[in-house]
Amino acid sequence: MMRSDDLRELERTAWRLRLELLRMFGFGKFHHFGGSFSCAELVTALYFHKMHYSAALRDAPERDRFIMSKGHTVPAQYVALAMLGVLPMEELRTIKRLGSRLQGHPDILKTPGLEAPTGSLGQGLSYANGIALAARLDGLRFNVYVLMGDGELQEGQPWEAAMTTSHSGLGNVCVLVDRNGHQSQGCVSEIMNIEPLERKWEAFGWDAVRVDGHDMTAVCGALDRVDGTSRRPLAIIADTVKGKGVSFMENTFKFHNANLTEAQFRTAEQELLAQVEGK
Amino acid sequence: MSTERTRETRDGYGEGLVRLAHAHKDVVALDCDLGRSTRAHRITEADAARFFDMGIAEQDMISTAAGMAKMGKTVFVNSFAVFVTGRSFDQIRQQVALPRANVKVCGSSAGITQGADGATHQSVVDVALMRSLPNMTVIVPADARQAEQAVAAVYERKGPAYLRLSRYPTPDFVPPERDFRIGEAQVLREGDDVCLCGCGPVLWNALAAADLLEADGIRAGVVNFHTLKPLDAETVARLAGTHRRLVSVEEHSIYGGLGSALAEVLAGRGTGTRLLPLGIADTFGESGSADELLAKHGLDTAGIAAAVKRHLGT
Repeated sequence: MMRSDDLRELERTAWRLRLELLRMFGFGKFHHFGGSFSCAELVTALYFHKMHYSAALRDAPERDRFIMSKGHTVPAQYVALAMLGVLPMEELRTIKRLGSRLQGHPDILKTPGLEAPTGSLGQGLSYANGIALAARLDGLRFNVYVLMGDGELQEGQPWEAAMTTSHSGLGNVCVLVDRNGHQSQGCVSEIMNIEPLERKWEAFGWDAVRVDGHDMTAVCGALDRVDGTSRRPLAIIADTVKGKGVSFMENTFKFHNANLTEAQFRTAEQELLAQVEGK
Repeated sequence: MSTERTRETRDGYGEGLVRLAHAHKDVVALDCDLGRSTRAHRITEADAARFFDMGIAEQDMISTAAGMAKMGKTVFVNSFAVFVTGRSFDQIRQQVALPRANVKVCGSSAGITQGADGATHQSVVDVALMRSLPNMTVIVPADARQAEQAVAAVYERKGPAYLRLSRYPTPDFVPPERDFRIGEAQVLREGDDVCLCGCGPVLWNALAAADLLEADGIRAGVVNFHTLKPLDAETVARLAGTHRRLVSVEEHSIYGGLGSALAEVLAGRGTGTRLLPLGIADTFGESGSADELLAKHGLDTAGIAAAVKRHLGT
């Protein structure tokens, strides 16, 4: 059971993560706002609550691993890694510039702290399974967390991988689905419906739980079910709001990949700052 | 040299894999429900725990392999060449080649000598696909012994590699005293009039074609370009200096394979040496026996010899 002041600190960290994301993105350049903002609580709960991870543990064999399978929202991971001290905060502004270590999508050879090459969607869970299978051969014990988009589940490979995880009894692999309901060109339910998600994951041999992905207590509670006692993997379906935290970005696909005017940027900054200071 | 057609390069691969797995604990093998055909299953003779049948899911296999490589494993992934390179090209591009993962992609039953299964199962563009990827080493062993040597060599060379393997039986025709080194072509036969540059088991036919040509007074050299990437450009340049006519011989599309690789070097040199590319002329395969198909595409002994004569204008 988490103490209430710990919980408040985690909530504040998630809003700080959004604010730093916005400042990293700036205005006048295209970035993946919507899906980066929707997963802020999920990324925060992992790095600052659940995972055995810190800057000092960055290369430790038994560290927990986090894989951003929806690679276009790796900026949320960059910010978390910077807040942990794995990356310098001042480096965040270099994102996507020529020569930067912070690529538009994850490059494990360039960026410290990244665990998997993703970008082309649907490949992260398979990669996580590979890490977990190799760890089992070596007698290493740790957890691997994979954050996927809901649109990403339209790919076929995640379902191949889901079979591998459960068939192999990899209870230390956990999926989080950032179910924000929108993809690049519109609503997931209208473009290609992926529901019923819990029943799909259960049919593939997983446990599944649905939570409010912005409720830190609920997210941490779901993550705490991964405790090393089960060979059955857990999928956490997190209902979230695309563009969460910025009024004009919420619940629309239009800021999936967008550039802000300076006025929009100022408005967004004020709204996020108010959230951080209110926590 | 034995002339018995006894072994296939996939057999040599299996031998090499078992030997490697005995010697090195980090070696693992993944397969997609074809392990007995690809010979990858033989790793179980060394350690059953290091064989993973991923089911019929090539994309999942490649990404899983990349994750295992991130943990320090040397991963051999296996399926028919047509599937392992084509179906999972994107996974190889993003998670193997780009991050230089220590994954060895092993494409079995390659080329038209796959035979009876027809066009869907015959890989004629796999080398083109793999050669186009940065960081990828591409090797087409000529015979079973060379395949065994190639397994050991790609283990020592960390990073992505593609091994093209065949089920077409030949003798072990590369002289046993010849060392296998990645990126170093092997002169199998000297000859000044024309040089046949080939790769894979079809080189056996090229050697036999050289015998036929010799009977007609044509001295044909034969060189084994077992490594298509990095290509032995020095040897290509040397051959261009000594031969006005080269012929590439491969069981692959003439677009993107050995012929293309040679042409890329020759064009840059501007030597005036003319290259005749023998291979699959921009078409798919079909069902038939391996020898029937080789003959149809002019890659049998008689077909190669006849093409060389035309190239020389004799």
